[in-house]
Amino acid sequence: MIESKLKIATCSLAGCFGCHMSLLDLDERLFELAERVELDRSPLTDIKELGECDLGLIEGGVCNAENVHVLMEFRARCKILVAIGACALNGGVPAMRNQYDLKDCLEESYLRGIGLVNPQIPNDPEIPLLLNQVHPLHEVVKIDYFLPGCPPSADAIWTFVNQLLSGQPLALPYTQIHYD
Amino acid sequence: MAEPDALIQTVHDIVQRHGGMPTRLLQILREAQDSLTWLSPETLDAVAGKLGVSPDKVRSVAEFYSFLYTAPRGSYDILFSDNITDRMLGNRELLHALCDRLGVGIGETRADGVVTVGTTSCTGMCDQGPAALVNGYALTRLDPPRLDRIVELVNGQIPLTQWPREFFEVVSNIRRADILLGRHFADGAALRAVLKRGPEAILEELVKSGLRGQGGAGFRSGAKWVSCRNAPGEVKYVVCNADEGEPGTFKDRVLMQDFADLVFEGMTLCGRVIGARQGFVYLRGEYRYLLDALKATLQRRREAGLLGAAILGDPTFNFDIDIHLGAGAYVCGEESALIESLEGKHGVPRIRPPFPTTHGYLNQPTVVNNVETFATAAKIAVEGGAWFANRGTAESKGTKLLSLSGDCKRPGIYEYPFGVTVRRVLDDCGARDAQGIQMAGPAGHMISAKQFDRRICFEDLATGGSFMVFDQSRDILDGIRNFTHFFVHESCGFCTPCRVGTSLMRDLVTKVHTGHGTRYDLEEMRKLGRIMRVACHCGLGQTAPNPVLDSLDQFPESWERRLRSTAFEPAFDLDAALEQARQLTGRSDPGAYLREEELMLGTMP
Amino acid sequence: MSEEQSFTLDGRRVPFQAGQTIMAAALAAGVYIPHLCFNREFAPHGSCRVCLVGVNGRMQAACTTPAAAGQTVESETGEIREIRRGILQMLFVEGNHVCPACEKSGACQLQAVAYYVGMLAPHYTHFYPRRPVDASHPEAVIDFNRCILCELCVRASRDVDGKNVFAVQGRGIEAHLVVNTPSGKLGATDFSIHDKAAQVCPTGAILTKHRGYEIPIGQRLYDRKPISVVGDVATLSESKGGRRHD
Ligand SMILES: Cc1cc2nc3c(=O)[nH]c(=O)nc-3n(C[C@H](O)[C@H](O)[C@H](O)COP(=O)(O)O)c2cc1C
Ligand code: SF4
Ligand code: SF4
Ligand code: SF4
Ligand code: FES
Ligand code: FES
Repeated sequence: MIESKLKIATCSLAGCFGCHMSLLDLDERLFELAERVELDRSPLTDIKELGECDLGLIEGGVCNAENVHVLMEFRARCKILVAIGACALNGGVPAMRNQYDLKDCLEESYLRGIGLVNPQIPNDPEIPLLLNQVHPLHEVVKIDYFLPGCPPSADAIWTFVNQLLSGQPLALPYTQIHYD
Repeated sequence: MAEPDALIQTVHDIVQRHGGMPTRLLQILREAQDSLTWLSPETLDAVAGKLGVSPDKVRSVAEFYSFLYTAPRGSYDILFSDNITDRMLGNRELLHALCDRLGVGIGETRADGVVTVGTTSCTGMCDQGPAALVNGYALTRLDPPRLDRIVELVNGQIPLTQWPREFFEVVSNIRRADILLGRHFADGAALRAVLKRGPEAILEELVKSGLRGQGGAGFRSGAKWVSCRNAPGEVKYVVCNADEGEPGTFKDRVLMQDFADLVFEGMTLCGRVIGARQGFVYLRGEYRYLLDALKATLQRRREAGLLGAAILGDPTFNFDIDIHLGAGAYVCGEESALIESLEGKHGVPRIRPPFPTTHGYLNQPTVVNNVETFATAAKIAVEGGAWFANRGTAESKGTKLLSLSGDCKRPGIYEYPFGVTVRRVLDDCGARDAQGIQMAGPAGHMISAKQFDRRICFEDLATGGSFMVFDQSRDILDGIRNFTHFFVHESCGFCTPCRVGTSLMRDLVTKVHTGHGTRYDLEEMRKLGRIMRVACHCGLGQTAPNPVLDSLDQFPESWERRLRSTAFEPAFDLDAALEQARQLTGRSDPGAYLREEELMLGTMP
Repeated sequence: MSEEQSFTLDGRRVPFQAGQTIMAAALAAGVYIPHLCFNREFAPHGSCRVCLVGVNGRMQAACTTPAAAGQTVESETGEIREIRRGILQMLFVEGNHVCPACEKSGACQLQAVAYYVGMLAPHYTHFYPRRPVDASHPEAVIDFNRCILCELCVRASRDVDGKNVFAVQGRGIEAHLVVNTPSGKLGATDFSIHDKAAQVCPTGAILTKHRGYEIPIGQRLYDRKPISVVGDVATLSESKGGRRHD
């Protein structure tokens, strides 16, 4: 019997790729996963266009206009959308810039920074424009599940994905819930 | 600003006048501010030094009350009452017009330091709004001509004492009187009764009368007095709660203005019954215009032998009354926060139990009752419990004062026997076209026309007296949003679900009200409201979600009208969040916008 | 000896002595009720509301409600868990809690209680308040972003240390912790890391300098066992991974 594989997409918004590293940390369990799922758009594949998916996993918060577009596209195409990691859940380290006005952040980096040649705030249309604050995913789209951690451990990801795929209620063991 | 020496001298004199008592701290700060227009760090330190309390205590009091200013204010401090009933009467237009004319932003002080214009919670002039306060004194019936005059007076820096008297006129608007407002009362009659019959007999009458607290919670007054009388303790206190902060209520203002003798008599009676020698009236800051007259009444009563030492010639009957002014904090109407405030502290509600009847003012047994409760008790002492119990319903004896405002022809005070239907009240006040009532204020309940046959009594619709009418032309959500702002402003900040929850609720309501919400947000409001109702430390936070929860049930269409058809909407305006970056980069290419039509907004598979 | 009285907590009989609160009695009986502003060495405060329990069907704070004979107290129900989770989430969005960048992580009571009540994410919209960090003191640093206004430091400094270093000022959502000096700086006070006030903070708001990240991840106080088993960081002695100086 040929069971159609579940389609999964992943992406990193304002994150550090730590959560994707954790995903790779599944090691040999990746083979098992590969039997059951097919990766759609993801930094791990080279697929650029997001297709219709069963599951979307997103790391990182929302810090710029491009993040908003990508997140909304994921929401539109993924049946289940999961926020993974501290940044996706509460903005994380990138959101520490929310302590300052965007003006100060940009001036500090591009005008006042040490060793700058020809200082100016970049205004190339190719560069996504920054939001005035970094936001967690749930402030922009409806998120179905949250997986905390910075990053969540491979074990936590494994437990979570397994429970989700097998339709069990989600219940992580104590040692797999942490915010750091 | 005052010179350092002058400042110290001013503070010194004020502290002296208050006997150097730390319990008078709030009163001292109020007076210091009257003299110096604001409470500078030097002033606060001087007060702390003279009183011998730590500077942080003084500062925490100064920072708590909204009428105390720790930053400079204009010599004319104008605060518009911003209750929904003021808004119905067009206060926002007037506020903006005044700010334009004076050249000052809302909440700001003009550069020359002459004037500050801002808003404040309901000032209790709902039947004669739009209302405001200028340097703490009530202004009523504002309209464009009055505003013109005010602009001239402020710009001409004319002292308040020379402003037209009629600007400050507060009328009573008693529209319907029953046994409390309608029958003559001979001063001293209740005190003679207690001397003649003894405290036990009077208590018995009070219990028999079935009188319940008129502040809204409806605790049985007889039981409260008995419990305080029996509580161990040599020194006991009587406190009259005249904080009347519930938006839409003004009946206590009318009682204090027209029936102060009756209220003081009730307090003195209570003093005799429970064995107290000292009483306090906690008068909300907004009613400061009454202060001088009330003090004069107290003095007259002392001279008439109805107050002070050896009342009615009985050397064992000693009782006096002191008036404390609040300073803009609704939470201080909560009895334990009120006591904290009376003790000169910031108004955070205490842990209860113990209750004031055993651990009240200075931890001594204390009766706290509403103004109307004391007035009624005085009458019962004279006329008897049965007389009172004749009126009303099985569980709610006697009568209730209602404060009518909003969309009705004859706003004002109406006294009804308990059990009257909402419909009857609406007919009497000339509210033809009501779609809903906010009963008992924002902390109470919102009811729709389907429920107008409900009765006003503790068995059905309990109320402290606020009754705000919304007619068909109104958007109910304007009211709800206004109320959520009120609770954000008034939360004392002590407990998590109220401190944080009130802000979260305001933001959700604003989101939906401005057309950015979805069904999901309504469900969020319900969930948040359920947490606040059960988890908050005091009644403020517990009742804060009421208007939202009620209106979701009673006026679902008002909410639904505003909803977007999408499943979910962001918590903030995405495109507006790019504005700063657009300005910093000067970009205007398509990528510099998050236009709704280009986003897959709220789409879900 | 007076007759022992008892109430039931989630069906279990809990004895108490006259004057004890539900929290104190439960603690003495070894039953955990989550809490943040309660610390057994101090009078109850009742502000965080995390210890909410159902008392004869009515929600009350366990730390302030006197125990009474025959009470039926519910704590670990789905409904109560959800309310507690909501309150925790409010605390998390009210401040700025970047656990990955916090030295207290792993031994933080706020975090541990959030784990205990099953909080996966903060759920509400973040306030992202702008609050300062005060590193002016040679031995300690205060990060106001992590303060949850439990007032334990206020109480400890005032009532135990007799120094009155801290206070809460402002009203409503503006309420905030301050240091009682004209400059508002901790460095200008006589605060010391040996003070009780330095040991009681349930979060990473008050930290000792020069000794961050000492314990590897996986071995920190709450890494392996929940707070209901381990106990509160502020009441455990240093040798047990807590902060209490004996
Ligand atoms: C937030 C809050 C505000 C209150 N404001 C008032 C008030 O302005 N006047 C009042 O009489 N009672 C007010 N109360 C009720 C008082 O706590 C108390 O029940 C009442 O003063 C008792 O008097 P009574 O029994 O005569 O009504 C308030 C309660 C809460 C929780
Ligand atoms: S509910 Fe809590 S925060 Fe709100 S006013 Fe009462 S004690 Fe203060
Ligand atoms: S104080 Fe606790 S919850 Fe807050 S950031 Fe630090 S570890 Fe996280
Ligand atoms: S600094 Fe810590 S102990 Fe002090 S109030 Fe804040 S959270 Fe509580
Ligand atoms: S990228 Fe995973 S938590 Fe920050
Ligand atoms: S622990 Fe009981 S309210 Fe904080």
